[in-house]
Amino acid sequence: MKFKHLILMGLAALILAGCGSQNIPDPDPDSDGMMVDDGSMADTDGFDDDGMGDGEFIDAEFGGDSELTMVIYFDFDQSELRAEYADLLQRHANNLANDGRAQIRLEGHADERGSREYNIGLGERRSQSVRRLLLIQGASADQISTVSFGEERPAAFGSDEEAYQLNRRVEIKYLN
Amino acid sequence: MKDLLVRWLVVFALLVALTGTADAQLEFEITDFVGKRTPVAIVPFGFEGETPAAPFDIDDVIAADLNRSGRFRPIPETDMLQKPIASVDVDFDDWSILGVEAVVIGKITQTGANAFSVQFQAFDVFKREQLVGYRMPASRGTMRQVAHRAADMIYEKLTGIPGVFGTKVAYVSAEGSETARNFALIVSDMDGENQFTIMESTDPIMSPAWSPDSRQLAYVSFENGVSTIFVQTLRTGNRIKVSSRAGINGAPSFSPDGRKLVLTLGGVDGNLDIHILDLGTRELTRLTTNRAIDTEGTWSPDGQTIFFTSDRSGGPQVYRINVNGGSPERVTFEGSYNARPRLSPDGSKLALVTLDRGNYRVGVFDLEDQELLVLSVGQQDESPSFAPNSDSLIYATRQGRNGVLEMVSADGLVRQRLGSGRGDIREPVWSPFPRY
Repeated sequence: MKFKHLILMGLAALILAGCGSQNIPDPDPDSDGMMVDDGSMADTDGFDDDGMGDGEFIDAEFGGDSELTMVIYFDFDQSELRAEYADLLQRHANNLANDGRAQIRLEGHADERGSREYNIGLGERRSQSVRRLLLIQGASADQISTVSFGEERPAAFGSDEEAYQLNRRVEIKYLN
Repeated sequence: MKDLLVRWLVVFALLVALTGTADAQLEFEITDFVGKRTPVAIVPFGFEGETPAAPFDIDDVIAADLNRSGRFRPIPETDMLQKPIASVDVDFDDWSILGVEAVVIGKITQTGANAFSVQFQAFDVFKREQLVGYRMPASRGTMRQVAHRAADMIYEKLTGIPGVFGTKVAYVSAEGSETARNFALIVSDMDGENQFTIMESTDPIMSPAWSPDSRQLAYVSFENGVSTIFVQTLRTGNRIKVSSRAGINGAPSFSPDGRKLVLTLGGVDGNLDIHILDLGTRELTRLTTNRAIDTEGTWSPDGQTIFFTSDRSGGPQVYRINVNGGSPERVTFEGSYNARPRLSPDGSKLALVTLDRGNYRVGVFDLEDQELLVLSVGQQDESPSFAPNSDSLIYATRQGRNGVLEMVSADGLVRQRLGSGRGDIREPVWSPFPRY
């Protein structure tokens, strides 16, 4: 079980390293070596990361799904996924592909500007961007449902860009 | 299944009974007025009955209604040179001196333990003639309604426009922090009295819509984490789940005959399209298929056309489509953002949300001359709803962090703010005319 898990993670790492090295600029070159952390050593033993960029996608919480980031943010009026989330979403897709019983709900949100039902549409468009990528990356359709709260459930109150960018998001909720 | 529904309805009725108490009231304040306010006199009504004083100040309510319209200025009682109760005692010269254009007199006569007769007469001071006179039965419980009805009749005689003082407003309030919020669907008289909570939830409630007979509200609830459209009967609290399909169930709006809802469904793939649901047969008809967001459908008063928001051309704009299908036709072209259309009850105008130099504002688009008039002055104004007389609109705006309601006359000359004193209030919907 653990062996299979490792192989899948390794495959994911290879796929992401390929796309990651070309799409995702390293935000912080000094973060190299973050993977070498006591808690994660067992998982990464024997894992050759040569030629895999900075290796950031293997962090201390590698083994636990609950530690994966569950919120994805979007630019103004956009439902396109930022490149920085490629690796995170691959890991969620892997979780779903590895465990056919796992189910998630994608909760889309918009900032408060404009009309409420149209914002429901914008939130859903964001959920669907995430859903499509997860399906391409190996999740199956019956594992993913979507809901949009539009502007009804802001993560941050306030009518400024600071609040708006926290509110334009998709939250990934594991249902079981 | 049916058993479950019945049990559920009982639970819900109890919930309504517990929560359906009067809340803090909306407070009115005229914030903006351009133009002349006609001075009128509402003379204190006389009373004949078992008690020395009348059980209800009918004249106060009539005066407050006319004042709130923004078109009239009831003079203070202390300025009155006479306080006639019978028409024979009205001295038009006295009222001419005060510059008053209309005088209203009346009396309440007790006819039983909780039975009264309310009569009023309105006079034109210049023409020295009666404009309207009417007598209505009343009980202590219906006095307020009777007063609104009198105000509606007086307003119509003076302006030629039916009054809307007897109407109601439904709106949504949200209280609490980002992580713990309480949403409530509230119905109130237009003067802020008789406020009742129709439904409460820790999950969002959205998009209330009146049935044409004012007996029901359709709305979207996110209880259980997914969107569901309910139709709830106000008197009983019973509600029916009318749409809970996978994905989005949103933006319900009744047909003029009350038999159908136009609504938005997103499905598993999240392609929002306009659908019509027959509430009797449960038959569902898909009207649009475009991959863009199609939502916020609303019926034309003649029942033949659905107006809706679509971003098929890029940004959101208003389109219209025949209720029987066909290809949609674009309605708005001016500006980059025109959304959430609502027809005026006379069918001549569209209220909408428009992006006006960086601000989301309420506008009225004249369907005939194709002119857009921006009516609000905030930064985040939304959810306009026409009064049933087409003469004014109610919408939501911001006051600091909270939503408040504003009313504006369709010509933009009179504006009033309605604060609730609690929570963030939004999505006001003006009821149809009451059935007297």
